[in-house]
Amino acid sequence: MLRTLWYSSRLRGWTAQIALLGGLACLLWWIGGNTIDNLAERGIRTGFGFLTRPARFPISETVVAYTPSDSFLWAYVVGVANTIWLSVITIGLATAGGLALALARLSAHPMLSRLAAAYVTVFRNIPLIVQLLFCYGVATSVFPAPRLALNPLPGVFLSLRGVYAPALTLGQGAGWVFALSALLAAAFALTARRWPANVPTAWRVTGASGLWVLASIVVWWLAGRPIGLESPVLTGLNFRGGSYLSPEFTAIIIGLSLYTAAFAGEIIRGGIEAVGKGQWEGGRALGLTERQIMFKVILPQALRIIVPPMTSQYLSTVKNTTLAVAVGYPELGLIVNTVINQTGQALESIMIMLGVFLTISLSVSLLMNWFNARIALVER
Amino acid sequence: MMDHLKLTALLAPMASLLLATAAQAATTLETVKERGRLICGASQGTPGFGAPDGDGYWRGLDVETCRAVAVAVLGDKDAVDFVPLSGQQRIPALQTGEIDVLPRTLTWTLQRDANGINFTQPNYFEYTGFMMPKSLGIAKVEDMAGASVCVQTGSTTEVVVNDVSTKHQLDLQPVVFDNTSAARQAFFSGRCDALITDAGALASVRASMAKNPDDYIIFPATPYVDALTPAVRQGDDQWLDIVRWSIQALIAAENFGITQANAEEMLQSEDPRIARFLGTDPGNGTALGLKDDFAYQIIKALGNYGEMFDRNVGEHSPLKLERGYNALYKDGGLMFPLAFQ
Repeated sequence: MLRTLWYSSRLRGWTAQIALLGGLACLLWWIGGNTIDNLAERGIRTGFGFLTRPARFPISETVVAYTPSDSFLWAYVVGVANTIWLSVITIGLATAGGLALALARLSAHPMLSRLAAAYVTVFRNIPLIVQLLFCYGVATSVFPAPRLALNPLPGVFLSLRGVYAPALTLGQGAGWVFALSALLAAAFALTARRWPANVPTAWRVTGASGLWVLASIVVWWLAGRPIGLESPVLTGLNFRGGSYLSPEFTAIIIGLSLYTAAFAGEIIRGGIEAVGKGQWEGGRALGLTERQIMFKVILPQALRIIVPPMTSQYLSTVKNTTLAVAVGYPELGLIVNTVINQTGQALESIMIMLGVFLTISLSVSLLMNWFNARIALVER
Repeated sequence: MMDHLKLTALLAPMASLLLATAAQAATTLETVKERGRLICGASQGTPGFGAPDGDGYWRGLDVETCRAVAVAVLGDKDAVDFVPLSGQQRIPALQTGEIDVLPRTLTWTLQRDANGINFTQPNYFEYTGFMMPKSLGIAKVEDMAGASVCVQTGSTTEVVVNDVSTKHQLDLQPVVFDNTSAARQAFFSGRCDALITDAGALASVRASMAKNPDDYIIFPATPYVDALTPAVRQGDDQWLDIVRWSIQALIAAENFGITQANAEEMLQSEDPRIARFLGTDPGNGTALGLKDDFAYQIIKALGNYGEMFDRNVGEHSPLKLERGYNALYKDGGLMFPLAFQ
């Protein structure tokens, strides 16, 4: 009996698994207990109680509203929002840029394709942090001081403080004006279809949109002009009012997008080149134009190849946003650093940061996997 | 990547929290003596307070404070290793035992005191200040409305910016950097109207980084004075005492009129207080676990607090700071010697 048990590979397998799992659990238990002991011995206060206390430190720019009297928890939320905001914009810009790069590299035009190749070589081979510092250096050195700001368009000011531009101000009834204008747009679009058949499309579009703009202005006027433009004004040391793009944000967005676009471009090019030559030939035989073949035949098939490596590219982009601390943009990493310094609760703060990045990354992964499953070839 | 490195630097001491076992029960004094070297936290380069000179030799007021402890414990002012730490690395580094003493322009605050470190004896008193280009024509906080301010994290100044902005309704626009030199460069490139940090550090930055130091003005951000104080880990009272009384020795020596030059002569002094201080009348040093003449050795190696001040940040330095709050109590300052008995 024992002998058969001893030689049962199934039983031995299970025993090994259980022993391994048990060992792992013991190790984690030991590390956990040890950490708590060490923290207590060194007089380091632990726990997440600090999260509800007011943060008291300023954050230079935020996507969601924040004042220093908000809690540490809210400061983290602000950091997460900034990180996501940064990631989304960068991924969008880098994907568009990457597609343009890939198409440029594949084009028959020798100048265009070589320029694209040179771009990829340069941007892929310089460390990201160097590019970011370079972008920030440019943003904070080529422009004049606010009092001497460049003014290329009325209401737009370029200076060392960043870009100030007019902002929309929404008064009472602005929502109604937008709603009515949207309705008008739908109405004109519908009537334009019913115009006589001999009217060319270009005319229809210009005519309908012209009428729509005129009608919208009339509505805006009648409603008491609730939507206005507020131009930034130089008062004291800085511009006030208007909308604002800081040098820090500009530097990280431009730097990170240019860098990521180089990688995205190569992934997309690889995907396109992996689609068989026969597809092109088939498309031509059907009388499709080159553009139609690219966008309707090749790219949809290339997507299957592009999506998995692109997923990892997106993931590293999300993680790369932590480099924004180098140029002073308050993403999650910078906020975590500040909180650690203000509260001394390093372990908790780092744990929160780990949790947040894991969540963001897993979400991106899941989304991309779902997308990948959707576009996969359905085999019958 | 730079940031990843920093995170690693933060995480490495944390790993020691996870894995270190309770076996290391040795006191800090024993550990330092056995190692034969003292390890001090230092700044990433604030000339006058802590920075390596052209030959790589660390100089500065904070640095010499640390050397004083090294003399007291090991009898050698050069038996010290300095670990440059950023603002947010410095406290975890002390708590996890990476360094023995943290003299790094660290403000004594309640939150820090309550959250895992102990403060010893202030070695520098000062206000938090703003530095601005004179060309902007602003010389006091009330006129700073709308100014953008370069701030470095890991300091108490982030909170000060907010306090000042709220109090005077200035709508200050902070630009926060996690790296000291990045904040300073951004200020000198014109990204911000003002730079905020301790006034002494501002003077240091002005003397070492400005093209023409006279183009910049420094003024107080708040009416309050902070005590910059070397800190030690919680839970080792003997070590706390050693560091505190080593710094005290510098101040007391100035009060007694003992200098590096006359220390040997003073050994003959008839004054019983001075005799106890210098250890000719024994008892003080051994009570701390040190040699009885530890104070004498410190003064012999480094001079008294006044000499140290003049050499590093005062009249014999590029910073040219006034003694101000850092004068002895009898000259109207805040430096107060305790009783060596």
